[in-house]
This record gives sequence, C-alpha cells and structure tokens, in this order.
Amino acid sequence: MRPFEYFEPESLPEAVALLERFNGQASILAGGTDLLVEIKERIRLPDQVINIKKIPGLNHLTYDPENGLKIGSLATVREVETSSIVKEKYAGLYQAARELGSIQVRNRATVAGNICRASPSADTLPPLIADNATIHTFGPAGERTMPLENFFTGPGKTVLTEGEILSEISVPSPPPKTGKIYLKLGRRAAMELATVGVAISLTLDGNHCREVRIVLAAVAPTPIRATDAEDLLQGSELIEEILEKAALAARDQCRPISDVRGSAGYRREMVRVLTLRGLRLAIEAAKNGSPYNKISTYQTD
Amino acid sequence: MKCIVSTTINGEQRELAIEPFRSLLDVLRNEAELTGSKKGCDVGDCGACTVIMDGKPVNSCLILGVEADGSEITTIEGLAAETAPGAPLHPLQESILQQGGAQCGFCTPGILMAAKALFDETPNPTEEEARFAIAGNLCRCTGYTKIIDAMMTTAAGEAVR
Repeated sequence: MRPFEYFEPESLPEAVALLERFNGQASILAGGTDLLVEIKERIRLPDQVINIKKIPGLNHLTYDPENGLKIGSLATVREVETSSIVKEKYAGLYQAARELGSIQVRNRATVAGNICRASPSADTLPPLIADNATIHTFGPAGERTMPLENFFTGPGKTVLTEGEILSEISVPSPPPKTGKIYLKLGRRAAMELATVGVAISLTLDGNHCREVRIVLAAVAPTPIRATDAEDLLQGSELIEEILEKAALAARDQCRPISDVRGSAGYRREMVRVLTLRGLRLAIEAAKNGSPYNKISTYQTD
Repeated sequence: MKCIVSTTINGEQRELAIEPFRSLLDVLRNEAELTGSKKGCDVGDCGACTVIMDGKPVNSCLILGVEADGSEITTIEGLAAETAPGAPLHPLQESILQQGGAQCGFCTPGILMAAKALFDETPNPTEEEARFAIAGNLCRCTGYTKIIDAMMTTAAGEAVR
C-alpha cells in the first residue's frame, strides 16, 4: 500500500483539528472497506489517514419510540442488519444492509461510511431517505443537522465541508400502518452493486395512502426521490390503476446512464417494474407488519 | 515510522513492529509468519483472507495491521484446537476432507473461517443459511456443492474420525 501517516484521535474536536491541519489531504478511516481499496487501487492518495474508531460515543445503535433510531457513525452495517428493532421497524434498511457486500465486509463497513462514500448505487441510502433520516455532523464551524436527502451533490460528492465529520444518523419512528421495502436488482444474488434499487416507505389511512416516500438508486447521479409518483399516490385510494400510474411516473422521472450493469433504457423499465412491485409489497407490509420478522440473520429470503 | 501492535493470534500474545500502511493480511503472512490466510484479490471481493477478529469474520486485506492492536484473532492455523501432527482437526476441516470440499485449496482457509463464524452462532444451520454465510467467499474451482455438503454434514454431526 502507498505509505501514509496514521493518526488515532480520541475526540471529535481532535479529529477535526487534524483534518484542518492537513488541508483536506487526509482521509478518514472508519470501516475502511472502501478507503483501503481506493488507496490500493490509487484512486485516493492520502498522505494521512485518520482512524476515528478510537473516538468514544460514536458506535451506538439505539432506539426509542419517541426519538426513533440513532445510528452512531461507527455502527457497522452488520450491527444494523442483525438488530431486531431494525428488522421490525426499519425493514427497508434491514433488507438493504443484508444486500451490502459480504458478512466479512459488513462486519467492518459502517452505515455512515456508506453515506459519505455517496455512491449512486449505495444500498443503505434509499431506505434511509425513504424513512426521512436526518444526519448530524461535527466540524470546525460546530454542529449541523440536515435531512439525508439534501446531503448528496453527485457521485462521491456531498455537502460535507473540509474538516467536517458525520457523527450520527437519526431515523424517525414509523407511524402505525407503515410498510417498508427495499428491492435491489442485480445480476447475481450476493456481492453485487445495484443495477436499480427502489426503497419505499408507505403509511396507510384505511385504503388510502396517508404518506409515501419512494427513493431510487443507481438511476441518477445521487439517490433521488420519485416525487411525481409520490404526488400521485398521496391521499389517493390505493387501487391497482393508481399504482401503475405511479410506477410509470417513477420511470419517467429517473435519469439513468448506460454502463456495464445495464443500459439506461433497461434501468428505466426496471424502475417501473420494481416501483410497482415495491408498492404492492409495501401496502402488504403496512397491513401485516415487516415481511422479514421470521428470517434468520444468515438466511436469504 | 513503525508502530508496536499487541494482539492475540490463535491464543498466543504477539507484539509486532509494523508500518501503519500495511494490511492485517500482509502482517499475518509476513511479520506473524502465518501464511494460511491467502491473498486472492486483496480488495475484499474473494474472502480468501478471511480471519476471525474479536469473534467476527472479516477480510484481513481490508483492515490495517495497526487496527489489530488489542484484538483477538483466529486464523486457519488456529482453527483446530491442537496443531500437533495427527491431532484432531476441527469438525468443519474434517468434513471438507471427507466430502472433497477442497480442490486447489486456495479458498479453503477463508471458507473454513467464514463457516466457523456461522457455526459459532448457529450450530445447526440450514443449507440456505450456509450459502448466505459464505456468499463473500469465491471458489474459482467452483466447488461450491461439495463445500455446502461439507457444511451440512458438519451441521448434522456426521463428520467424525
């Protein structure tokens, strides 16, 4: 590996001071599963690596009905995946966590790292945005809080400023009669990057849609909300005809590129298919609870 | 500048002087002289470097050696309780032997460590659970059927010497 200086700060202010000292040339190491690959493949050439794992108070994963889910920036994807509360109340995030890399990768990779890497195809981002997650950052100018939805500015690009560190992710508690789903299309079942990902969080009011958020992955420079589809569904009676119209609206709103994983046209059509399928599953889940409650942490579904 | 890393490898306390930009895999293979963990892809895709760190299977190629400070690591060399020639193997190793689960053998250490991590948590896994647990391990001989067979005979307690 290309040589670098290595630091283990013991507090967020210390980490921020180091980042400022090296003028943005330093890289933060949390899980390391992306960073070390990028250093080995010379995609990133940091002269300093700042390991934030020695900072206390960042590895929590807690839930209470009032404040919802709190994911510390050092909580691993595997911890999220194996949490019974995530499985029950954040089923989309649960499914996305299972789809990320391998168990070996998930034991190191953090959800915060998945966010900061800002890949358009990242699995955990669509369900977190669909669940209206908020992120908290710590930086030279103090703390900031913002909706995760506003965090991404392009592939690998975020609104984080120099010296700023993501410290926590908050996800509100779901209202009753909420169904969640994440559907990932890939060329194989495991160790895959999404060709298309669709996350839906939908709350029912009888047979009507009280609230819905649909988020699409790998079909735009950042994860995007299918707002046209959401507008069609909001307040409507959830009959098959409206679901089909919403799926078409999602298809027309995405902006995919063609690459090795699929053509733009194929991706658009798959957005329609997965949105329609996802809406049906989310409605079902809103009525009957999380579809994943009976699945073991080592089982595919 | 070298760092002193203090870690327990296969039950033995080790102090290793290493540069911070070396992967745990390189440190295990070179400084610790444990070459059982293999370097396949070196970027976390193949799982041949899988070791168990503080009870969890991880890709040692995606971890810095310095991050192992204070941790407990089990490599393939520590899988069997005893390492003397002729000493009993771990039941998973025994099953892999009996079922022909190793062809060229390059993926085998990583497969065994990923499988051990599954069995430590779930002693009687279903076939589906076994497949899920080793999804991060590639066998380029494509000998997956025999590997899964070996895991399932271990689950059924059929692997005895």
